Amino acid sequence: MLQPKSEAELADCLAAAKHPMAIRGGGTRPIGRAVAGEVLSTAALTGITLYEPGALTLVAQAGTPLAEIEAVLHAENQRLPFEPMDHRALLGTDGTPTIGGVVAGNVSGPRRIQAGAARDSLIGVRFVDGAGTVIKNGGRVMKNVTGYDLVKLMAGSYGTLGVLSEVSFKLLPEVETCACLILEGLSDQSAVAALSRALASPYEVTGAAHAANRGGRSRTMLRLEGFAKSVAYRTDALRGVLAEFGEMEVISDPDLVRQMWKDQRDVTAFAGQTGDVWRISCKPSDGPAIGAKIKGEVIYDWGGGLIWALVGEGHDLRKTLGAFGGHATLIRASEATHARIPTFHPEPAPLAALSDGLRRKFDPKGILNTGLMATAMPAA
Amino acid sequence: MEMPKPNPAILAKRTRIISRLRDVLPHDAVIDDPHETRAYECDALTAYRCPPLAAVLPQSTAEVSEVLRICHEEGVPVVPRGSGTSLAGGALPTADSVILGVARLTQVLETDYDNRFIRVQTGRTNLSVTGAVEANDFFYAPDPSSQLACAIAGNIGMNSGGAHCLKYGVTTNNLLGVTMVMMDGTVVEIGGAHLDAGGLDLLGVICGSEGQLGVVTEATLRILRKPEGARPVLMGFDSNEVAGECVSDIIKAGVLPVAIEFMDRPCIEATEAFAKAGYPMCEALLIVEVEGSEAEIREQLDVILDIAKRHNPVELREAADADQAARIWLGRKSAFGAMGQINDYMCLDGTIPVSSLPYVLRRIGEMSKEYGLGVANVFHAGDGNMHPLILFDANKPGDLELCEAFGADILKLCVEVGGCLTGEHGVGIEKRDLMLTQYTPTDLEAQLWVKDVFDPKWLLNPAKVFPLSVTETRRDHAA
Repeated sequence: MLQPKSEAELADCLAAAKHPMAIRGGGTRPIGRAVAGEVLSTAALTGITLYEPGALTLVAQAGTPLAEIEAVLHAENQRLPFEPMDHRALLGTDGTPTIGGVVAGNVSGPRRIQAGAARDSLIGVRFVDGAGTVIKNGGRVMKNVTGYDLVKLMAGSYGTLGVLSEVSFKLLPEVETCACLILEGLSDQSAVAALSRALASPYEVTGAAHAANRGGRSRTMLRLEGFAKSVAYRTDALRGVLAEFGEMEVISDPDLVRQMWKDQRDVTAFAGQTGDVWRISCKPSDGPAIGAKIKGEVIYDWGGGLIWALVGEGHDLRKTLGAFGGHATLIRASEATHARIPTFHPEPAPLAALSDGLRRKFDPKGILNTGLMATAMPAA
Repeated sequence: MEMPKPNPAILAKRTRIISRLRDVLPHDAVIDDPHETRAYECDALTAYRCPPLAAVLPQSTAEVSEVLRICHEEGVPVVPRGSGTSLAGGALPTADSVILGVARLTQVLETDYDNRFIRVQTGRTNLSVTGAVEANDFFYAPDPSSQLACAIAGNIGMNSGGAHCLKYGVTTNNLLGVTMVMMDGTVVEIGGAHLDAGGLDLLGVICGSEGQLGVVTEATLRILRKPEGARPVLMGFDSNEVAGECVSDIIKAGVLPVAIEFMDRPCIEATEAFAKAGYPMCEALLIVEVEGSEAEIREQLDVILDIAKRHNPVELREAADADQAARIWLGRKSAFGAMGQINDYMCLDGTIPVSSLPYVLRRIGEMSKEYGLGVANVFHAGDGNMHPLILFDANKPGDLELCEAFGADILKLCVEVGGCLTGEHGVGIEKRDLMLTQYTPTDLEAQLWVKDVFDPKWLLNPAKVFPLSVTETRRDHAA
């Protein structure tokens, strides 16, 4: 295993590398098929480089533990707006998640519908490409249209275009309090309609989820955050807006609310359950029809636009779903299944050509998490 | 301003090119009369002009595809154009290039309030996107000052912002999908009504690529429910430092205003003389706006006013009603017009870390004396985007060049303090030659790779964004 202690060392490692490298932050998010190669760890590239609360700006080395960053922000009453998921329970991994891994996987959470994904808070990157060249893009300011936006390209690129060495974020303030509004027993269709009604209101919903709970009683939940009086006002307003959907329960204990949304964020319900886990992104109102095709358990987020599915092992859910607006990612399955089914949703040929072209430019030796993202549409 | 020399081989086959374009477009969609191509010789950076070989105004994605296919085959450079409001010269043609204007692609294709998106043809103006949804109390958030005229296509090309972006983000945070035509005529769909990319974020790199990766003809945009209300408060301070500290304290208090606007003394004075909005004559002025219900506005304003008072403002003014709110905004919204009354001016667009504002203003003041040119500053204090307005006399020989040199020094200063060359307007031609102050040649090369992949022949808007020396080999190879 290689564990460079500086960006310069990282560059040397990659410049010298002749064989595939498996890029690892905390190793807690091994989504998809296992990547072959020597492990290249970013764990020693650690430390917050800059933190200016008054400017809502944070810069940190990519191997910095996420927990360390969250603690530092919390002390100043600030946070990463996109609430990155913790994959450990769902994937059965242990280790220390890093901020670089969050960026590489564009890891976000329920608040993504209101606050944007990791890539929307990301304002700067430094990385080393597959040839060992140090590249920077963006910076530490939010308004930056100087040249092309490689910051967005690096987010969610799963280490295949380069190894992140430093990342910069625009932050948001922490909230004074929060509340959770719950409706029970709704069908997926009604639930998405209710969530949609709430998201189309001016009451700034920051979480909109629905657990189908096919064995029992479904549960639909909304989150409100902010100053106490504001949360109370908006709770009442939404009670009125959603009156036709039934009796609404309100959880006002912020600790309990936070725990409920953490479980939603981390898909705790599927942790330790047998079966494969798929993650589907779709138009919210398409969610229920897609969910209806899935034999297994289904949890919706983002007002219906994100579906977590727990299905029988080895099942190619994409075949069942057919073509739809959006994509399905195979998050958890056996090695054998991963070998058969592409992790990422196959792209149409012109887009696959662009993606392959970009990978060839940034990783000419083809050593960065080789094969993790490359897929082509199956021939018709 | 150096531009690539027009390719004589292209000029020599002008008749053939135009004939081929006429084969695939309606008669009035091809403009080749020299009297008419003049209209496309520049955008809002009017100091630089060059009529194109021809201009085309396709009315469909299919027509755009045909145009690009032909130009690709003939090796003709293409300069996409939205409404031509770019302040950076993004749509400046060369004599051998074809302007591809999307101004006739203006339709709303789909509005979906359940899923909170609108799909439009990209020639539609920014404000008319909000116009299409405001009857249902929705709006499209990125709101550049030129929104009455600017097109979504240009917004996507430049990743435009606006006053609301502190809370709602810029174009890239509100863009869900595009239909884009590649230089060889291939039509691709990226993204849509769902969130996030299924693989590499191609949409993310296309936004802000200044018309160099493809021509976007349709876009899926996020729409939001309008907040119940909004209200500004005006604050005057006798020092820039104190104004900056006040902004910092407001942010640290956990309030997220929807806008924080700063104006310095020269700007206040010019604006007041013109608009007579009743602004205090002081060193620094802040307008802070919050949103929500009446009660929520009250709660946020109380926090803000409390903080402001701790900084001993020379003026603190709330709006008691909509009319007073409009008066608070009146001066700020007239600022550029006010400067234009006094003089010709050049509007810059750098971004700085917000904490650097007092230092940067001090240095700009010093440079103003050195250059002998007046400057007024408008600043989006929440996100650090500065608009220094440099006053000059276009009729005075040498003044434009002096002004540009002063502008370049200000932008270099922005980079020096950890900011960037452009926060909203884009690079275009205006800041091309400063790119190496912010990025190393290697940094730029990585960006060029992206264009190599999307447009291997380097025909789309090839003279923009990157210093000509850096792109020379690629452009010559393609020619």
